[in-house]
Amino acid sequence: MAIIHVDGQEYEVNGAHNLLQACLSLGLDIPYFCWHPAMGSVGACRQCAVRQYRDADDDKGMLVMSCMAPATDQTRISISDEEAQRFRASVVEWLMINHPHDCPVCEEGGHCHLQDVTVMTGHDRRRYRYRKRTRRNQYLGPFLAHEMNRCITCYRCVRFYNDYAGGTDLGVSGARDNLYFGRYEDGILESPFAGNLSEVCPTGVFTDQSHSDHYTRKWDLQFAPGICQHCSLGCNISPGERYGTIRRIENRYHGEVNGHFLCDRGRFGYGHVNRDDRPLVPLWRDQPDQPPISLDVNDALNRLTNALRHTRRIIGIGSPRASLESNHQLQALVGAENFSTGIDAGELSCLALMEKLQQTGGLATPTPRQIEQHDAILVLGEDPVQSAGRLGLHLRQAALARREILGGTIGVAAWNAEALKTLGQDKFHPLHIAWPAPTDLDDVAAGRYPLGPDGIAQLGFAVAHAIDPAAPAVPQLSSELHEIALRIADDLMGAERPLVISGGSLASRAVLQAAGSIAQALSRRAKAGGLLFIRREANSTGLGLMGGHSLNWALDELAKGHADGVIVLENDLYQRAHAARVDEALARAAVQVVLDHQSTDTTAKATFVLPAASFAEGSGTLVNLEGRAQRFFQVYDPTYMRPEARIHESWHWLHVIAARLRDEPATDINLDTVTQACANANPALAGIVEVAPGADYRIEGLRLAREPHRYSGRTAMGAHMTVSEPRPAQDRNTPFAFSMEGYSSFHRPRQQVPFAWAPGWNSPQAWNKFTDEINGHLKGGDPGVRLIYRTPKHRDYREPVSDPIPNGDGLRALILPRLFGGEELSARAHPIQQRITPPVLILHHRDGEDLGVSPGDQVLVNDYPASLTVQEQDDWPRGWTGLPAGLFPGLAVGDVIAVRLAQGGGA
Amino acid sequence: MTDSIDTTRIISSDRFELHPADETAIVRELDHYEQPQAATIEALKIVQRRYGWIPDGTIPAIARVLGIGPAAVEGVATFYSLLFRQPVGRHVILICDSSSCFLTGFDELKAALVQQLGIDYGETTQDRRFTLLPVCCLGACDGAPAMMIDDDTYGPVRPEDLDTLLEGYP
Repeated sequence: MAIIHVDGQEYEVNGAHNLLQACLSLGLDIPYFCWHPAMGSVGACRQCAVRQYRDADDDKGMLVMSCMAPATDQTRISISDEEAQRFRASVVEWLMINHPHDCPVCEEGGHCHLQDVTVMTGHDRRRYRYRKRTRRNQYLGPFLAHEMNRCITCYRCVRFYNDYAGGTDLGVSGARDNLYFGRYEDGILESPFAGNLSEVCPTGVFTDQSHSDHYTRKWDLQFAPGICQHCSLGCNISPGERYGTIRRIENRYHGEVNGHFLCDRGRFGYGHVNRDDRPLVPLWRDQPDQPPISLDVNDALNRLTNALRHTRRIIGIGSPRASLESNHQLQALVGAENFSTGIDAGELSCLALMEKLQQTGGLATPTPRQIEQHDAILVLGEDPVQSAGRLGLHLRQAALARREILGGTIGVAAWNAEALKTLGQDKFHPLHIAWPAPTDLDDVAAGRYPLGPDGIAQLGFAVAHAIDPAAPAVPQLSSELHEIALRIADDLMGAERPLVISGGSLASRAVLQAAGSIAQALSRRAKAGGLLFIRREANSTGLGLMGGHSLNWALDELAKGHADGVIVLENDLYQRAHAARVDEALARAAVQVVLDHQSTDTTAKATFVLPAASFAEGSGTLVNLEGRAQRFFQVYDPTYMRPEARIHESWHWLHVIAARLRDEPATDINLDTVTQACANANPALAGIVEVAPGADYRIEGLRLAREPHRYSGRTAMGAHMTVSEPRPAQDRNTPFAFSMEGYSSFHRPRQQVPFAWAPGWNSPQAWNKFTDEINGHLKGGDPGVRLIYRTPKHRDYREPVSDPIPNGDGLRALILPRLFGGEELSARAHPIQQRITPPVLILHHRDGEDLGVSPGDQVLVNDYPASLTVQEQDDWPRGWTGLPAGLFPGLAVGDVIAVRLAQGGGA
Repeated sequence: MTDSIDTTRIISSDRFELHPADETAIVRELDHYEQPQAATIEALKIVQRRYGWIPDGTIPAIARVLGIGPAAVEGVATFYSLLFRQPVGRHVILICDSSSCFLTGFDELKAALVQQLGIDYGETTQDRRFTLLPVCCLGACDGAPAMMIDDDTYGPVRPEDLDTLLEGYP
């Protein structure tokens, strides 16, 4: 801690910060451009000048850049100094010389940092009367639009894209006042984190293309605190809605999960909410294969409950992409003995093992942000960028953090980004990755070991043995693996905080056990480290905690005729099991009820389809990979703009169905009562009540506003239906109001912030007003409650195990996660579809020879319709083939596959 | 949106092949530095020596040899005024406009050059013989006003010397 004096006032600040950071943390406003809370200072833009005095007697002082001056004890500065103010106004004037006067048509307008700073400095008259330079813009892919004329050359984009996110295809050309930020030629930005440029860029050079296609100003959007639905990391998002469709996803700051950034799957994957083919009203099929008939709600519920009453037994199939509340209501309706999680048996057993190892593995589970503090990392059988997007950025920061250590030894502050970059060069904290295919982290990795699941498990157990000789040795370990294991063990033991990351991508219990053994060994050698497991879907962890049978069990029960009714909750079974298997199971059931917000192959088979709310129209709770339960809140009422819609949260539908089946009138429920009931029914989920404030929460007696103060046009937006303005939708479930009336300020600490706005701060930089210090936590605490805890006790080692080998000889399948196309919901969004690369089948060239295929051939796998291009990789593990996730439902890792040339594929 | 589903737009699949001798020379340069990006300037100079400028296709090709991103190579290639990203004439004339030369007859010299060649700064004669560029200092103040043609520095140059001087660069 340090005492600094700002304009004669004394403040206590973090002495490790620079003055800009310190002043912003105090809530004081200093304009800035090139500095960014997550990326530190470079002192390039000269915008944050303040006057600094030597001591109390110095009355002249000198101008310094506050971002480049440390906040050491007894620093005296003036922000309001007249010369400093004039200087800052001049800097904006220079930066604005070539900036077009296009705010009215610019998509950054209304959440533009450049607008904010220009207003803040008082530059409101343009004196420059000459020609402005103009630039050609580039095509950068489906995610981002490029408008170089607006550039003020702050360098934030390349610093984020290259230095922070490891991209190589965006750069800066030219020199002096003649700079161009873009690719070296037109083309898709390759980094899976490119979308963050729309928030990192202080003005409108890089804007969200998906937003552009249905543009609305930030002040005209309705927001709610959301949770990303597209992987298990649980990034916090601010979805914005207008006219009943989601218009954009912006990052919602969370001090322990996503910080300032999202991955492109999360940012651009929302299109599934806006699809025209979504079920909007209850549908009924009298006979299978007939076109469905639309029903009103009462009729549908009558027919549905009548039909269910005539069944002997109802199986409920839940979903890891639905909320805990909805899954709970289904479980309550059918009874725990008839409830399936909707998750494949192999994956479910891995989920249980991951949960157990999290409790007993000996090391604590770090939050995603804490990963950045781990100084040696082993990734065992995962490709984090592909399976958990944003997590890849955390891992990269962990590797890069070596710079800060090196800087510390010679007195370079952690915020001095350019100096640290020069100092660090390619010196990274050790990051070892055991994964067969190249990963996006290879450039900062100490090593990547291209092994199959069997090899990766062996390597893991060998590392455990190398760390602690008490851990059992691996029989018949190759000398090569032994060497690698020693190297990894050395790095982990040499670190202050080693971290082991594994997960379900290889669906291998052996790999998970091996990760657990390493954690156990580290803990026995008294290492304070971390252990983290990546799950597949947004609520995989939650469903694991809730418990239930596997999907295989449910399909078997149905196929054997042990049950003749089935209720499927927000789950496309055809994405999870082989089509023939699902067909067989569904055909045997007399009544198939499907609740979903998407039209899927499963809804196409259903007797009854009930239109469920997506994350945008409903609220619920998800549990992320740490075991952190987080609530997402309804963004908008779907009936406000589409009165014909009968969309409700699945938990609401199921509650009413359950009551009708009991011949009782449905009691009044809301989100709070369902959450409470879910917590009561599942001791492991008891904590979810505390995850977020209930519906009666108020600040200063007010609900929390979903809409910014300046929200406009509400009286007119329904004028094509009726000229009288309808009453705003009422919210019984949450403390938020579908209105601009309500609390939206930053003064009172709060966790749930639909959108960040503060007077003078319209851009995402407004988050700095909501945090306790820059890059810290939300003033009201970061949202979410941990449900999984470590029980600190040493346990005996397990003998090295290997996965049971399925029958048959031949090449075995590995399913490789993919950020774009590997997840069901985001793959329904148009921008994501444009980024899906053509599927490839990866194998070793010797296996290719044996199979009679060569690179570039088109091949088919088993009886799946998708053809793949053969790709050979020199160091690919023999006997395995890599297949892209999302194309082969029901195909398990380790299954023997039949590969044949596609017709016309050539050989 | 007009793009149809599943279309990945390939904007370019430039596989410019560097001259084998150039590639060897670049690889040799790599040995001199700890970081591959440090060899970028030398690599660009090698390519420019062959083509007189740095053709577009060489950028990704150099990046491949160095093992760095093409954006980084383009950044260096466009940063330095004597690395040419546009075709230049067979001979490049650099005329010094810094203070010593400015005081000793730069204006007249430039006017004469412009008149004689019929081109201004950044332009190339129609026969592609000369390109005219300013340079901020040639370090030849003792011989001001100075100019440089290809690798040869001349000074002091008077307008009437130009005829003979340029004759040496066919």
